[in-house]
Amino acid sequence: MTVVMGRAAREARGSGSPRGGSGRARKQPLLTTLTPYLFLLVPVTLLLVFVYLPSIDLVWYGFSDYAGLGTPKWVGLANYQEVYQRPELFRAFWVSLYYMVGSVVQMVLALYLATVLSFSVRFRNLWKGIIFFPFLLNTVAIAMIFQFAFQENGTVDAVLSLVGLGSVKQQWLGNTSIVNWSMVTVSIWRYLGLNFVIFLGAIQSIPGALYEAADLDGASRWQQFRYIIFPGIKPLVALSFILSIAGSLAAFDTPYIILKGANGTQTFVIEIVQLAFVESHKVGLASALAIILLVITLIVVVGLRRLLPDEKVNLT
Amino acid sequence: MLSALKYASLLAASAFMLVPMLVILFNSLKSNDELFSGYPLALPHGLHLSNYATAWTDGNMARGFLNTGIILVVSLVGNILVASMTAYALDRFEFRGKKLVLAGFVVATLIPGITTQVAVFQIVNHLGLFNTRWSAILLFLGTDIISIYIFLQFLRGIPRELDEAAALDGANVLSIFFRIIFPLLRPAIATVCIVKGVAIYNDFFVPFLYMPKPELQTVSTSLYAFQGPYGGQWEIISAAIVIIALPSLVLFLALQRYVYNGFTSGATK
Repeated sequence: MTVVMGRAAREARGSGSPRGGSGRARKQPLLTTLTPYLFLLVPVTLLLVFVYLPSIDLVWYGFSDYAGLGTPKWVGLANYQEVYQRPELFRAFWVSLYYMVGSVVQMVLALYLATVLSFSVRFRNLWKGIIFFPFLLNTVAIAMIFQFAFQENGTVDAVLSLVGLGSVKQQWLGNTSIVNWSMVTVSIWRYLGLNFVIFLGAIQSIPGALYEAADLDGASRWQQFRYIIFPGIKPLVALSFILSIAGSLAAFDTPYIILKGANGTQTFVIEIVQLAFVESHKVGLASALAIILLVITLIVVVGLRRLLPDEKVNLT
Repeated sequence: MLSALKYASLLAASAFMLVPMLVILFNSLKSNDELFSGYPLALPHGLHLSNYATAWTDGNMARGFLNTGIILVVSLVGNILVASMTAYALDRFEFRGKKLVLAGFVVATLIPGITTQVAVFQIVNHLGLFNTRWSAILLFLGTDIISIYIFLQFLRGIPRELDEAAALDGANVLSIFFRIIFPLLRPAIATVCIVKGVAIYNDFFVPFLYMPKPELQTVSTSLYAFQGPYGGQWEIISAAIVIIALPSLVLFLALQRYVYNGFTSGATK
């Protein structure tokens, strides 16, 4: 997509820029000078009030004993010490690792399905629709669909019996060594379609002449994937992967709705919500955890950005 | 051989996607006894449509749809206005502080919204918006860069000559924006409506955290409320799930092409 969009944007900008400066040289009336500021008044206010002000508050709360009421008192590093001394608070980090593994699986599956469906296939639109549709479903509906699926004698057990794997039946939500894999499966089910559709769009924007040439040269499907498709969409795969990893750290909905974070499914965000709103009002401690999550996310995202390729690809 | 493998893998992927949803559809048409004693993959014997009536009335789902509808419409209209005006100012004007504003929006995307909720909640509370629809509206209306980017991309394709010609005719900036530019943004507006609309309709976190009052239940929180009292009655919960999934299905079937386009261009920005 970046490949396509980049080109369109460049052309558009090219046509606009020679004239861009012409209006500025003249002396402008006051109202004209003020216009852009008037246009930006509401959006910038919203940005400050709902993004930057809370970010600053968050840092301050993290160093305070704030309980949601009254005035916060400075307590230095006490909250961070508490996080350090209560390793159970930090266990959420290990839970996100499950989701990160899930992200890898999700990328591979999405890439495979997008590649298969970019070549001629019967009922292509039907397959595409089926794989994408779950992404459009309501968060709570998805959680509940899988609450039933993972029940004893629910959907998963029934399917396993059907294909003769009745012996692997499990307590999908009760067994603490499996429950996080169950949660990750839901996450893959939900987001696979989005990655798939994005990859499919990018693959289809690769010029068809490249495949024709490859066909003439007798390249196999795998070679076409390896040397044309994958290099063509690598930056997009990298970007999707980074977003997905960042999403792993922010996992909340499914484990909260199905299990309220019980059985070892507690993620960072569940912990923060429970500390700040549901079980207690330790806003200070929750803020410290949120800052830790924020720092980990930034390190992971920036680190991956460095690690993964970002070069612009030109296939034409 | 290879082709058989290809179709087998597509069938497997489709089954993975479809079976969990189909079972819920079957559940919603079964009687309580049938569901309890039976096999989840079995087709329903009759059509217990009364499950739908029970879910709709006992779950107060009309109220959920009304609240979601109000929040959806107001925040979408607001978001489209705010984001398109931001994009217009940033694309068409040179002014002091432009780089700062742009950087402000870009850096904001680096801060995962969910991490700052603890502090956002305090602000919403101090503004007296807790347990009002305005909390959700303002948070959704907000400042996400996705809509701004979609409009920026699109604006760059609209020639500046158009603005200049209108200015020469004596139109002021507001009427240039609202009467000339805004109507041309229609495809971008459609994209924003789909991407943001789906996100707002499906969101659980914001209504759950900011509007716990029963009268303000949205579709998400009204479905969530089934969990306690209806613990074992999966035929009722399943009917509620189907009711909530229906608008998504209709949107998808009616506007398939736009939905795909919206997400492929919106999600990667």
